Amino acid sequence: MSSNLLKTPKDRGRAGDKIFSGVSLGAGILILVILFSVAMFLVVQASPVFTADPETVTGGEGFAAYIFPIVVGTVIAAAIALLIATPVGILVALFISHYAPRRLARIFGYVVDLLAAIPSVIYGAWGYLVLAPQMSTIFTWLAENLGWIPIFAGPASQTGKTILTAGIVLAVMVIPIITSLSREIFLQTPNLHEEAALAMGATRWEMVRMAVLPFARPGIVSATMLGLGRALGETMAVALVLSPGLLSASLISSGNQTIAAEIALNFPEAFGLRLSELIAAGLVLFVITLIVNMIARLIISRSKEFSGAN
Amino acid sequence: MSKRIDVKDLNVYYSKFLAVEDVNINIEARSVTAFIGPSGCGKSTFLRTLNRMHEVIPGARVEGEVLLDGDNLYDSAVDPVTVRGQIGMVFQRPNPFPTMSIRDNVLAGVKLNNKRISKSDADALVEKSLRGANLWNEVKDRLGRPGSGLSGGQQQRLCIARAIAVSPQVILMDEPCSALDPISTLAIEDLINELKADYTVVIVTHNMQQAARVSDRTAFFNIAGTGKPGKLIEYDDTTTIFNKPSMKATEDYVSGRFG
Repeated sequence: MSSNLLKTPKDRGRAGDKIFSGVSLGAGILILVILFSVAMFLVVQASPVFTADPETVTGGEGFAAYIFPIVVGTVIAAAIALLIATPVGILVALFISHYAPRRLARIFGYVVDLLAAIPSVIYGAWGYLVLAPQMSTIFTWLAENLGWIPIFAGPASQTGKTILTAGIVLAVMVIPIITSLSREIFLQTPNLHEEAALAMGATRWEMVRMAVLPFARPGIVSATMLGLGRALGETMAVALVLSPGLLSASLISSGNQTIAAEIALNFPEAFGLRLSELIAAGLVLFVITLIVNMIARLIISRSKEFSGAN
Repeated sequence: MSKRIDVKDLNVYYSKFLAVEDVNINIEARSVTAFIGPSGCGKSTFLRTLNRMHEVIPGARVEGEVLLDGDNLYDSAVDPVTVRGQIGMVFQRPNPFPTMSIRDNVLAGVKLNNKRISKSDADALVEKSLRGANLWNEVKDRLGRPGSGLSGGQQQRLCIARAIAVSPQVILMDEPCSALDPISTLAIEDLINELKADYTVVIVTHNMQQAARVSDRTAFFNIAGTGKPGKLIEYDDTTTIFNKPSMKATEDYVSGRFG
């Protein structure tokens, strides 16, 4: 009797809306489930190593003593990679977005995207066959002339297969990631703000510093974090380029190891407690990545008020 | 401060397309000059040639001369960066830098080209510029807050403060009120009247009442049709343009018969 014309009949109308919200909710839940089950797998499989007799763990002094050097090695390799890749990546991205003539920029951008698609084993082979022999002469020179700095202490590796070489190979792999993402963000800088800077008499570089870089800051942090993710987790290239050894402050003598390479090299023959060790190493890598990402979020959110999003 | 502008035989191009043809105009120092005309007639394009912002667009170029107190802006030895430092610009949409505080926005132009300024000088300049833009009383307690937190009208006055902080010779305004409500528009118009005492002001506006209210001289631009270049039809005292213009097209436009 009471016929409200505004009522939507139940059988038609909002079906598409409901399906879409259901699908996107499902996708969101799926991510959480995957992340949770990976974490659970790592914790459960790794747990024997935490309760095991320290003498039975590789090295004979417990898990902490085993994992510490390779955590440091991982961090060193990733730090070298980012130290090189972040400035280079940002500069290349700026060149493409704001300096190169348009046609050149398009070709350049395409090449950079192509670099990101090269599989890591190729980079590893290149590092092993081409870069490492070249680096060994540089290492010898560094050891002779700057050997008093601990990171360049001799004896220099004759094969060039050191953590520094590995870091450089990682940098080459990370640069395209940082470049592509930064370029996209630089291109999104509002024209309005670029013109505001230019109209005040800013040079191109000042315009970039005033309008482009501040706008792109959160994006640059994200791009760097994605690059860091690749550097931390990269296995094949490091396994090929680095001849592993004990923890050493020198970047130019053989030694050091990263978590990912350690797992990859030893996994095929591992069983029992050794397997748990390696999975525990994986858990540690997982935690490092989480911490790094949280720090990145913190950096981004601290400047939220001045991001222009309000 | 404040110089005159003389434009001689200026043609403005986007690549091969002639956008504005053969403009000759003399803009007096310490006056307000308004450019009016229908959409697409090239008045904004022409305005942007007065501080070499036109050439920021790829392929854009000009032929002819623009003289600032006799010095040609388009001389091959002239750096556009220098030109823009002397001829400030306020845009259609307020564009304070979102990542900077109100204070830093005002000082943005002053700190360019590696110039240094002491904190006390900077404080004085911020206050002077914001007072000059009639914004000081509204923002003096929150100079450290982001400029993007202000209302649209306040943001536009912040942009004017930013423009006058570098003591330019000329201020160009490209439809500065078109994104603002009537109250904010009034505030900007009052401000333009005050700026006239120290600066040469050139304003592009779609609003004929606004041109009549704020300007001393008015230039009417028109376009013969799509794809044809815009032209300066008539340039005279504002009262003449609005009361007894000499051209038929001007009369039609200001009386609302077209456009």
